[in-house]
Amino acid sequence: MNPRRSYVAGTGLFILLGFVALAYLATQTTSLVNYQGGPNYQVTAEFLNVGGLKDRAPVKLAGVRVGTVSSIVLDQRSMEAKVSMTISKRYNEIPEDSFAKIMTSGLLGDQFVSISPGGSREVLKNNSQIINTQSALQLEDLIGKFLTSSGSSKSGG
Amino acid sequence: MKRLNKHSAIVDACYEIGATGWFLVVLLVAIPRSLRYLRETIRQIWFVGAKSLIIIMISGLFVGMVLSLQLYYTLSIFGGTSALGTVVALSLYRELGPVVTALLFAGRAGTSITAEIGLMRATDQLSAMELMAVDPIAFVATPRFLAGLISMPLLVAVFNMMGLFGGHLVGVNWLGIDNGTFWSNMTSNVNVWTDVINGEWKAFVFGAAISLIAVFQGYNAPPTSEGVANATTRTVVWASIVILALDFVMTAFLM
Repeated sequence: MNPRRSYVAGTGLFILLGFVALAYLATQTTSLVNYQGGPNYQVTAEFLNVGGLKDRAPVKLAGVRVGTVSSIVLDQRSMEAKVSMTISKRYNEIPEDSFAKIMTSGLLGDQFVSISPGGSREVLKNNSQIINTQSALQLEDLIGKFLTSSGSSKSGG
Repeated sequence: MKRLNKHSAIVDACYEIGATGWFLVVLLVAIPRSLRYLRETIRQIWFVGAKSLIIIMISGLFVGMVLSLQLYYTLSIFGGTSALGTVVALSLYRELGPVVTALLFAGRAGTSITAEIGLMRATDQLSAMELMAVDPIAFVATPRFLAGLISMPLLVAVFNMMGLFGGHLVGVNWLGIDNGTFWSNMTSNVNVWTDVINGEWKAFVFGAAISLIAVFQGYNAPPTSEGVANATTRTVVWASIVILALDFVMTAFLM
């Protein structure tokens, strides 16, 4: 390789390295890791209170990630939060009477939707709704209840 | 010796800002003409980009390592060390990667561009080119400007990757944070558009600013050894100030 060509090759190598680094950062260290491509279906659920649930939060069944939250909107008729979830087609045998809960990972961690399977033979299909839901556990409510209940027991005794 | 009263210093600064802005227009207009000298642009990417790789990689590694140590200490006060991966990645992508790389790039590549063009002017090489009907703006200035523009985003990507590697090394291998926690916390909180790509935008703008200042200072340096020395100093001073000021403005807009 003559010296005139060698820096061209070196420059090419440098540009290649830069793009490889950028591609690595973009795909391996961001939320794109959790992107589930391929076929999927939509399921909705209505919650009284979603707490701190956000878009793109994971949907888990038995601790395994099966999908993501795609949108959270307020349903004005029922005054409940309507959560749409995108679930991978691979998991197409989730019973229709399954139970959706909003849980928190750890004490201060992010919130996610947890699905507990029911016993029905019917399975969730595209655009079907999960009827059985449980709202996010509000730490403030819990502490409030604890304080008032301990206060009342004292006054009673 | 020049009068050093306050008034003339301000007027000089305004003149220099205006002239730099005009030079940017001249460079942009010359881009189509400089495409004939594509080989020269490639050679400049080799000089300013590829040859800066070593310093960028070593600095990135150490910045990532010290970031991990410092943030681990801060997070441990709040019992949130599991967020170390997120905080290291976000600080690198959004702020430290572009800014530190830009400052190093101004010192490593900006100065050499200014000194080279300044010496070309001092030794009448630019006039000789004009005599040979070679446009020095298209053959000397624009390829160096384009090289800085192209190299900076790539260098920032490499810097960020090395920083992450260093942060991982200290956080997981030394301080004992769980590997899975480090990565999963990061991947669920880092967004590709608002964090990685916005950082690259910053890099692109910084690259343009540094190479513009470096080329302008070299091109307009007085043709003496003192003139070239002063121009090189001014490149570093102006580039550093402009990088930090632009960083604030861009962060405010891109947040």
